[in-house]
Amino acid sequence: MFEQFKTRAEAVSAEVHRFPTKAAAMEFIAQFLQNEGAADKPQHYAVWAKCPFLDGVDREPLARVSGVKFNADRQLAAEAHVGISQVDWALADTGTLVQDATAIDKRLVSTLPWIHIALIATEGLRADMPSWLADADPKQMGYLSMITGPSRTADIERVLTIGVHGPERLIIIFVDELGGTR
Amino acid sequence: MQQEFKQSIDKALHNANLTGALGKFSEAYRVNRARVYEGIDFEELRGRIASLKGYAASHLVELSDQFQKNAEAKGARVFRCNDPAKVREYILKVAQDNNVRSIVKSKSMATEEIHLNPFLEKAGIEVNETDLGEWIIQLAGQTPSHMVMPAIHLTKEEVADLFSKEVDERLTSDIPRLVKVAREKLRPKFIKADMGISGGNMAVAETGSVVLVTNEGNARLVTSLPRIHIALVGIEKLVASFVDIAPILKALPRSATAQLLTSYVSIITGQTPNTDGSMKELHIILMDNHRTEMASDPLFKEAMQCIRCASCLNVCPIFRLVGGHVFGKVYTGGIGTILTAWHDNLKSSEDIQGLCIQCGACLEVCPGKIDIPGLIMEIRRRLVKEQGVPLLQKSIYSVVNNRRLFHGMLRAASIAGKPFVSKGSKFIRHLPMFLADLTDGRSLPAIADKPLRDTIGKISQPPGLKERAVFYAGCLIDFAYPEMGEALVKILNKAGIEVVFPEGQTCCGAPARYSGAYEVAAQNAVDNIKAILAEKADYVISACPTCTVALDHEFLATFQSLGQSTWMQPARDLAAKVIDFSTLVKRLVDEGRLTLKEGEDLGKITYPDSCHLKRTLHADQPPRELLRRVGYEVTEMFECDICCGMGGSYSLKLPEVSAPILQRKLKNIKDTGAPVVAMDCPGCVMQIRGGMDQDGAPIQVRHTVELIASRLKE
Repeated sequence: MFEQFKTRAEAVSAEVHRFPTKAAAMEFIAQFLQNEGAADKPQHYAVWAKCPFLDGVDREPLARVSGVKFNADRQLAAEAHVGISQVDWALADTGTLVQDATAIDKRLVSTLPWIHIALIATEGLRADMPSWLADADPKQMGYLSMITGPSRTADIERVLTIGVHGPERLIIIFVDELGGTR
Repeated sequence: MQQEFKQSIDKALHNANLTGALGKFSEAYRVNRARVYEGIDFEELRGRIASLKGYAASHLVELSDQFQKNAEAKGARVFRCNDPAKVREYILKVAQDNNVRSIVKSKSMATEEIHLNPFLEKAGIEVNETDLGEWIIQLAGQTPSHMVMPAIHLTKEEVADLFSKEVDERLTSDIPRLVKVAREKLRPKFIKADMGISGGNMAVAETGSVVLVTNEGNARLVTSLPRIHIALVGIEKLVASFVDIAPILKALPRSATAQLLTSYVSIITGQTPNTDGSMKELHIILMDNHRTEMASDPLFKEAMQCIRCASCLNVCPIFRLVGGHVFGKVYTGGIGTILTAWHDNLKSSEDIQGLCIQCGACLEVCPGKIDIPGLIMEIRRRLVKEQGVPLLQKSIYSVVNNRRLFHGMLRAASIAGKPFVSKGSKFIRHLPMFLADLTDGRSLPAIADKPLRDTIGKISQPPGLKERAVFYAGCLIDFAYPEMGEALVKILNKAGIEVVFPEGQTCCGAPARYSGAYEVAAQNAVDNIKAILAEKADYVISACPTCTVALDHEFLATFQSLGQSTWMQPARDLAAKVIDFSTLVKRLVDEGRLTLKEGEDLGKITYPDSCHLKRTLHADQPPRELLRRVGYEVTEMFECDICCGMGGSYSLKLPEVSAPILQRKLKNIKDTGAPVVAMDCPGCVMQIRGGMDQDGAPIQVRHTVELIASRLKE
């Protein structure tokens, strides 16, 4: 299922990674942010929405990166280069992420910055939408987001262009040891 | 047709940017759509969508009540309204009550339908479209030409001009740069907006959820950043259960843009937190605007199954030539014609309904399983019922309904046409004055010296044949191509079938029916039924798919539409015996009753599908198999099943639209390199043979019946 997800997500220009542990994922993110030039100034922040991944994870690797913010408000998100949030499910047949995005910070970090890093527990993988629907209770979720690749348009002469109003890169990180997220 | 309308068609046809962009897109769309539906049972999928949407359409009040209850329980305010003016006022009041100065919108056809933007702007509120296509047309001061791709009619150069004015900097037509400009320019508008307005792709009664399907991410911003969100949703978007969204989300992106899923799907259920910690004010407007009336109509109820994917526009051979603006200001294309007739009124669709050539391409791809061509025919019928047939047509039909007079005139035309027949040919290449359009790019066939009805009796058929077939020739074979009829007699005789030609047969009524003149068509049907059923026969065979469809389906359908029950059973008796030429001959060959000369290499041939044969009779394979069997190598042309532009009297009513469709077909035929092109419809022969004559390409244009008749084993 993971391989199918990866193929489908990459086909729509998402980047897919998988790590066995939270520590390994954290190390990857720290390196990624460093490479992207994260810094403590507008347009360079990395904003991280509250999520289970952060509970009990060793944040030490982030010590070498500056500009990482955990209070993702409107202002910071609008001035961030990278946004990080955790999503709840992944649908293999379309390469789609599904997130209970009722909390506004999750939406801010996944819409306003240029890059969105999406963390997901490998257990959250589902075959397709109908099998996800069997689990989901939308009445408990005010804002459900499905995300399939980065923001795109073809409104000018049908030419596909990535990154209109949302992120132009979507980095998806599966973490095996994250377990069930809900 | 109104002069103004003809002019708008003319303008569109001469807009090279438009036809170039749409032509390229429609070619790519067909290929990409097929690719994303690979491995999916489309018939099963659209069956489910049609049934769940059909259910919703017949339970509108119940589902609206349920939606309202569930959405309100989650803190939304639901406003239900039939009247576009009241919808506009409601939105304005919410804006004014909250001191809204600036609004951001994501793409919503429902707001286009009620012309919301100018109304709000007049009240001093700044309104910004944020979907890239919508923003482009807002800057251009235009209306959308396509419900999914509103700015498809504009080139990157035109967009660069528009954006240059906006940013006060000379921009080039570099598309990624233009997109970045839109992002930079619109981002502050999102940040400062006090209100977001969206549409809704679905409204789920069971949960009170609004579902938004987008690619750019603007809908996420519109529904997240401003403190107020208004969703304007047409009640045709209601579905009963949350699980109903799955089949629609499977079909909508595939059919709309050939994507497995759009970048974003947002499902909003009640109030959500704002960035300042307060709860968002959420208003959901369920708008009727004649939708309930439409749902109560026994035929048009089906149009409520539309999921607004616009695939009917994308596959339409007419839309790709004329674009959307010819259709009007809101909904365009096939479904747009139907929606305009309801949201506006029947009269508003008077001109645009005539654009439909009845090829059936849209019906084949519609994920809501809506019989769009059928409903457009019904619009024609109702228009004729309301306003009568135009005088000129009326006089034609009074002739068509009098067989002796009609056939007498066709005979006279054979003589009258003589001066226009080019020497040594069977073509009329030029017609004078106002008729000149008819021979622009296509020669017309000369009316035969002797119609088939005069010569067929002279063919000596072998005695003692076991079976008997009535041959229904149709006007074109009878009066223009009698040799096709003679070929058919030869083939059937060889298979032991005697052919009879009832003298009383007359026009099949298709021209009248396709113009909405059902009474005329019904009289044609009665005359034909009487003439044909008077003969004892095992088969009723036709070599014209349009006639076959008339005999097989439409006689009965016409009686049903008119409520004329007397002739329904005889129409059924007739239909039971009707068969098209290629299907019967293929069967005779398979049963060993007819032996064809095989084994010789006859070289390449190509085969354009006739619309009625493929899409109504589903008989696209038998002719190909017969041609292969006699030794042709069937080389498929690009877009083999796209209409040739004939469409019966369509090519006479709108020759300027028909001509470029024909040119495209001729090119696709020539590109195969085949020296012969075969088809099963004398109408297609008339169109394509006439086109090849003027084109000058050395390609033989033949009816399959002629090619098979020359390959019978002695």
